[in-house]
Amino acid sequence: MYEFAYQKPSSLADAAAVLAADADAKALAGGQTFIPVLKQRLNHPTTVVDLGKLGLTGITVAGGTVTIGAMTTHAAVAASAEVKAAIPALAALAGGIGDNQVRNRGTIGGSLANNDPSACYPSAVLALGATIKTNKREIAADDYFQGMFTTALEPGEIITAVSFPAPGKAAYVKFKNPASRYAMVGVFVAKGPKGVRVAVTGAGQGGVFRHTAAEQALAANWSPAALENVTIPADGLNSDIHASADYRAHLIGVVTRRAVAAS
Amino acid sequence: MPQVTLTVNGKSASVEVEGRTLLVELLRDKLGLTGTHVGCDTSQCGACVVHVDGNSVKSCTMLAVQADGAAITTIEGLAKADGTLHPMQEMFREHHALQCGFCTPGMVMSAIDLVAKNPQGLTEEEIRHGLEGNLCRCTGYHNIVKAIAAAQPLMHAKAAE
Repeated sequence: MYEFAYQKPSSLADAAAVLAADADAKALAGGQTFIPVLKQRLNHPTTVVDLGKLGLTGITVAGGTVTIGAMTTHAAVAASAEVKAAIPALAALAGGIGDNQVRNRGTIGGSLANNDPSACYPSAVLALGATIKTNKREIAADDYFQGMFTTALEPGEIITAVSFPAPGKAAYVKFKNPASRYAMVGVFVAKGPKGVRVAVTGAGQGGVFRHTAAEQALAANWSPAALENVTIPADGLNSDIHASADYRAHLIGVVTRRAVAAS
Repeated sequence: MPQVTLTVNGKSASVEVEGRTLLVELLRDKLGLTGTHVGCDTSQCGACVVHVDGNSVKSCTMLAVQADGAAITTIEGLAKADGTLHPMQEMFREHHALQCGFCTPGMVMSAIDLVAKNPQGLTEEEIRHGLEGNLCRCTGYHNIVKAIAAAQPLMHAKAAE
C-alpha cells in the first residue's frame, strides 16, 4: 500500500469539504473493495477519508419505503426483521454478498459508490427504482448508474442513504462465481409501485442494466412462461475466463426465469 | 502518525500506526499476537479472522485506524487464564479438526461468530455455507464441520447459564 494521510471527520460537511478540495482524496466506507485495491497499489490517494464516524447507519421503514443508511453493513441488512418483512428479496441479496466476514464490514453505500459491474446491490437499486440520497441531492436509480465503476456522484458528493419503495413481488437470483461469489449473472425482478422492472448485473460491459424485453413480457404476464421466447443479444455483454458473452446471454434468460419463479 | 487506542483480549492498548497499517499488522507486529495468521492477504482465505466488537472480520482487510475504540478478540483471547479452552477450541481438538493448523485460528474465530449468531442451531449444510470465507488447504473441512456441530450445544448451554 502507498502511504496516505488518514482523516476520520465527525461531520458530513467536513468529510465532503476534504473530498471536494482534493480530487485524489478518497472516501473509505467498509473497505472490502477499497482496501484490496489499495493493497494492490491500483489507487494512490493523498488522503483517505473514513466515513465511519458520520452516523450514517440504520434502517427505517415508513409508508412502504425502506430507507437504509449508507454505512449500514450487508450483515445488518440481511438480518433486519424490517427489511425481511418489507422487501425479503433485498435482505436475501445482502445475505448472499461475499462471505460472513465481508458482510460484517461491507456497506450498501460503498457498494453503490464503487458500482462494480458484478456487484449485487446495483441490481436491486435499479429494479426497485430506489432513490440515492446524498449530502447534495436525491438521485433516481435510472440516472445514477453511468457505466462500469462510474456513477452520477460528483466530487465531494457522499451517499447518505438509499430509499427503496417496497414492491408487490420481487426476487434476486445470482449465478455466482464459486470462488468470489460475485455475480457472473445476477437478475433482480420486481413488480411494484415503479412498474415491472428487471435489472441485470454481472453481465454487461457497462455495468448494471435494465432488461426491457423481459420487462415488457412480464408486464403482460408475470410468469416464467412469459419469458420463454425472450432472448437478449450477446453484444455488449462481458466475455472473460469465467463465461463468454454468449453464455452470459443464455444465463440471463435462465436466471430471469428462476427469479420470477422465486418471486 | 495516528494513535490507535483499542481493547485486545480484554486489555487496553494504545499504539502508534501509519494510516496504511492493517489491523492484522497491528496485532502481529506491534502487539506480538501471532496466532492470527496471514494466508492469502487478499480477503479470501480467512486465516486472519478476528472479532471486532463481536463480529468476525478479516483483519487483513481492515485498517488499524478503523479499529480505534473497538474491542478485539483474537485466538489468544479465547481460553481462560487457567488454560481451559473455549468449547469451540475443545471440539476442534476432540474431533481433530485440523491438519497443518494454519487455517485453524481463523476457522475457530469464524465458527464462534457463526454459532453465536444462530442460536436456533445450524444444519451441516448451513455450517458449510457459513464457512464460505475460510479456506483449508489441507481440505480438512469434514472434521471442521463436525467440530462446529458438536460445539453448538456446548456454546448455547454456556450462553444460557
